[in-house]
Amino acid sequence: MKSVWDWILDHQLALAIVKAIVWILPIFVVMPLTIWLERRLLGWMQDRLGPNRVGPFGLLQPVADGAKLFFKEEILPKGIDLLSYILAPAIMLIPPLTIGAVVPFAAPNSPLAILTPVSDINVGVLYVMAMSSIGAYGLVLAGYSGNNKYSLMGGLRASAQLISYELAMGTSIACVAMAVGTLKVSSIVSAQQTSFYGIPNVWIHNWTIFSPFGFLAFVIFLICMVAETNRPPFDLPEAENELVAGYHTEYSSMKFASFYMGEYLGMLVFGTVLASLFLGGYDFLPIDWKMMALHNSGTAPFANFMERITIDFGPVFLLAKAVGLVVFYIWIRATLPRLRYDQLMNLGWKVLLPAATGNLILISAWIVTTTQYGVGAGWGLVFAVFVIAAIVVTLYRRQKKQTSPQFEARTIRMVQLKPHVEEAVDQGSDPTNAEVVPS
Amino acid sequence: MIVGKTLREEQGMMPKVFGQYVGILAMLLIAVIIGAVMVTGSWLFGPKKVSSYKNAAYECGVEPVGNARERFPIKFYLVGILFILFDIEVIFLWSWISIFKHATPAFQKFTFFEFITYMSTWIISYLYVIRVGAIDWDETVSLDSSKLTHMSPIQESELEPIGVTN
Repeated sequence: MKSVWDWILDHQLALAIVKAIVWILPIFVVMPLTIWLERRLLGWMQDRLGPNRVGPFGLLQPVADGAKLFFKEEILPKGIDLLSYILAPAIMLIPPLTIGAVVPFAAPNSPLAILTPVSDINVGVLYVMAMSSIGAYGLVLAGYSGNNKYSLMGGLRASAQLISYELAMGTSIACVAMAVGTLKVSSIVSAQQTSFYGIPNVWIHNWTIFSPFGFLAFVIFLICMVAETNRPPFDLPEAENELVAGYHTEYSSMKFASFYMGEYLGMLVFGTVLASLFLGGYDFLPIDWKMMALHNSGTAPFANFMERITIDFGPVFLLAKAVGLVVFYIWIRATLPRLRYDQLMNLGWKVLLPAATGNLILISAWIVTTTQYGVGAGWGLVFAVFVIAAIVVTLYRRQKKQTSPQFEARTIRMVQLKPHVEEAVDQGSDPTNAEVVPS
Repeated sequence: MIVGKTLREEQGMMPKVFGQYVGILAMLLIAVIIGAVMVTGSWLFGPKKVSSYKNAAYECGVEPVGNARERFPIKFYLVGILFILFDIEVIFLWSWISIFKHATPAFQKFTFFEFITYMSTWIISYLYVIRVGAIDWDETVSLDSSKLTHMSPIQESELEPIGVTN
């Protein structure tokens, strides 16, 4: 007599569904916690309490909100495009729920290995990009379907923003794929469990973030990820003081909640993708415990214990990295003001895109140089490129300063010169008093 | 007694197309189910009291003016076109990117220069796009400098101290 588990293992589709549920369920449990965490942390950073009434420390607040929204009236405004109005919130949920399919959450030698990744496809990285760009459809349809000017503007802004940052994000993922030589996410993760820079007998793991190219790609990916999930300071599509609520102005009840959920699920799932590509995935610390025990026999018991923990609690560490990233999101939301639209476009097209593309070219040059002439030549190349880039940037800045007098004129006009006020500020006294007492 | 088909039988029956992709299919299925529940949930449970004021498009409390689906700035369309151009240029590279690291040195050397040639077209087109100001949202930058005559440097005599009374 076979057990249920054997039956599941025998049936591909059943196993796939179990795998998918095992991936989605923890994310769904953590998602309300991140909403709570965001509100509490923001409250803390702004010197107020935040939600603390429902349940212990207000932990049940997101659940209460969700239950409330479920029983709210659903308003279908006049003049909406019904099909796209209904489709848009559902589409918004698809990318965050499906991207995780290629992300492995446990080491191949752990007991959980059979459940992960949900599907270990060869084009994993491309799949992540394809799925993340589906989110743009949700935003555009949501903006278009509600017969509302704010929605339309929000949808347009969102689509332009998403596609602008997708370029740099795709290129920075391409950097990682090229450096590792595969598109399979599980291979990218396991490549990060090898020794540091390929040097033998070193007990540090070779996480992507440790190499200079990897670090640049990491920074670009991080910024693009904040923009892709429409989080502050890139939340122009739903800028409250200009667009009410942007693309979801016309949405109410559970449809509104699914936009909200999609945002937080997206943050978490993109966090796991980032952790897999750059931060070693399910690896706890970038340390090879076995090698450490070999090097110093005194640490062997501790190292063995840590190795056990690293293998057995892989999913916890992956999720912890994602939550750590959410805390980063919340922190920058509390710290940075919203960008202007031209600043947003300039950052995406004129800073991130050239940086990512230059990084890609540099990595290919590094690979060619190291295979032909050895590692020393590779570092020489990196140094030379760095010097040339520094010179070019300096010259460009100097030239730009000389050839744009209009800006300075405009700045003066905007400031409206007040000599006595400036004087007062220079001397350190209160400028409002200077208004009262004429010089 | 046959409890279920074995994995091998199943794989034989399943079209080859699926293979590893069954997981994605399952995930998509779950996502669609969750999406459907979210979309229909409050339609089933919530109250339904329709009134013409409630159903009007939200326009900060005033009566909505005209249709929202009007012409929108061409810039957004331009950004869309540029995205497609630049994205496709990178998409052509993906197959090469995936094999470059583990290829033979001769192949690497050859394709590296091919890649540089290809990327130089990318760089030239990128520089052109930047130069014509296709993605500049700030009008003072994208406009021709001859149209900015009113912004000539302010003369000393034009400046009036504000808040000073003699």
